[in-house]
Amino acid sequence: MSKAILVDTTRCVGCQRCVAACKLVNGLLKGSRSDFLTTDSLRTLGPDTDLALDETGDDELSANALNVVQTRGSVYVRRFCMHCQDPTCVSVCPVGAFRKTAAGPVVYEEERCMGCRYCMMACPFGVPRYEWNKVLTPRVKKCNMCAPRQAKGLKPACTEVCPVQAGIFGEREDLMREAETRLRQEPAKYLQYVYGEQEVGGTSVLYLSAVPFEGLGLPVNLPHDALPTYTWRVLSEIPTEVALGGALLGGIWWITKRREEVAKAEREGGKRP
Amino acid sequence: MNLEKLPKFTFWRGVLVVILAAGFYSTLLRFTKGLGAATHLSDRFPWGLWIGFDVICGVGLAAGGFTLAATVYVFNLRRFHPVLRPSILTAFLGYALVAVALLYDLGRPYNIWHPLIMWNPHSVMFEVAWCVMLYLTVLALEFSPAVFEHFRMQKPLKLFKAITIPLVIAGVLLSTLHQSSLGSLFLIVPSKLHPYWYSPLLPLFFFISAVGTGMGIVIFESNLSARAFGRELEMPLLAALGRAMAVVLGLYGILRLQDLWRRGALVHLREPSTETVLFALEMVLGLLTPLFMLLFRRVREDREGLFAAAVLVITGFLLNRLNVSITGLEYSAHAHYFPKWTEVAVTLSMVGMMFLCFALAVRYLNVFEAEPSGEMRGVEA
Repeated sequence: MSKAILVDTTRCVGCQRCVAACKLVNGLLKGSRSDFLTTDSLRTLGPDTDLALDETGDDELSANALNVVQTRGSVYVRRFCMHCQDPTCVSVCPVGAFRKTAAGPVVYEEERCMGCRYCMMACPFGVPRYEWNKVLTPRVKKCNMCAPRQAKGLKPACTEVCPVQAGIFGEREDLMREAETRLRQEPAKYLQYVYGEQEVGGTSVLYLSAVPFEGLGLPVNLPHDALPTYTWRVLSEIPTEVALGGALLGGIWWITKRREEVAKAEREGGKRP
Repeated sequence: MNLEKLPKFTFWRGVLVVILAAGFYSTLLRFTKGLGAATHLSDRFPWGLWIGFDVICGVGLAAGGFTLAATVYVFNLRRFHPVLRPSILTAFLGYALVAVALLYDLGRPYNIWHPLIMWNPHSVMFEVAWCVMLYLTVLALEFSPAVFEHFRMQKPLKLFKAITIPLVIAGVLLSTLHQSSLGSLFLIVPSKLHPYWYSPLLPLFFFISAVGTGMGIVIFESNLSARAFGRELEMPLLAALGRAMAVVLGLYGILRLQDLWRRGALVHLREPSTETVLFALEMVLGLLTPLFMLLFRRVREDREGLFAAAVLVITGFLLNRLNVSITGLEYSAHAHYFPKWTEVAVTLSMVGMMFLCFALAVRYLNVFEAEPSGEMRGVEA
């Protein structure tokens, strides 16, 4: 059992409250507007909370915007980390700086990170962002599904402040059932597909839409296998390869050496050694 | 001051000074203002020239070392001995380039040692990190006899003679793993890398092409050093290497084409895209042309002809690696990347330093050995 978020793009009105709440709890507001270190990251929020909406409106994810609402035609689509079931970033990180928690969120430990940015290369959704202008301690930035809030029994900030329930938080299985119910009840309204159910082995963020997902900017060419299996297939063979390769090379060396010895002995007219 | 003691000022030395000065400025920029100021890298394009060229090409160009070490010691083809030591030196310098480039490219270079204690065997990058560390050590050991000879240290020479074979075998295994793992790095991006280059066989392709290019590098560098240090060329040896290179290229070509065919990637040839141009360049200029040339004994035994073929093979190799690591990813990133001049300056400085170190090693150590005298003959790996 792990937590997930269901985003219904047919409900979103583009108010940007989720963006403002995300900036608040992640300490990304400018100047002194955020009281991050003391209370903000764990404060209770609701659909009526007063938020800094003037600092929202980013088009793209960045180190300062871990959740954005994009306008695609007449549809608003929220983009943030998909929190894959078998995350690519977790598998590619050479030092294990990413971890999929049992509760659902994929979290990052900056102390381990050496900044190789393979996670950014590899993420099929292009989510992780980098603090390019920090000199000494640049970090990879991405949504952590408010893991610290979840640990305190709170919901992710973005789902708490949504006035229209476009993003709801719950157990993934419950949300899958909810999504299927909506598709069944209003078949004319929805495209009959839950994005995230199977993409790269399934994600903990699920999307519903009335228009093709390609039009929402979500990648539609993803396999249904978890991507880590693509590299593990090769990596898991390494011990065998090393053992066989070592034996093979050693064998060849022994044969060529022996042949040389024999040739030398025969040249000298003696018996075979 | 005695001006006659200063090195003569030649054109190439002038170029080197300019490059190193630009590289010095870029280094300051990188370590005082960060990656954002010193590169054109972005969230959409997190890897650029330093990874695509310095690391991925640098490792490949070092492939002459393990190819020849295996040829001489494992397959016991002793006649290739004269070109072995310079290839080991090139490989060592190539790997040093990789290690230094990583210090520039990593966001937190002071954490470069983390893979030693923080393990993630599911990560190809973890494998890469270990291969770089271990193989750099092996190469240093393989080249060390040249240093011991210089200082007439008999004891370590004897010691190394005893461990030559295990060392060479370890080197070959590590190289095999490392060359192929650079291809495996990109197995994780099936939806991002253009179908011309994405294949489940990437690790195999990277390995085979590295072996072929390794021979090309030996030919290339033998020519250059013959010119620079006024030495005789080992033409019959190089011609034999040219023939082996043709065999490897042929195998690579067949595998590559049947893979493209099987995956149906060749339909993209109808699209007049940048990718198509680059792919065609890579295949025609870097693979088919040199392969065709090398089929003729006249070309293989001709100094200029063989040199030209080797240059084409190396060019094809560089094109392939840059296509896989940079240009093949542009179409899915919806972004264009072109290195900032400071990135180029750092890369050129490092290549310049490689040439400089090579020249210094040739001057002070016994790199191109004449037949080594009996007692002094240690491990000439």
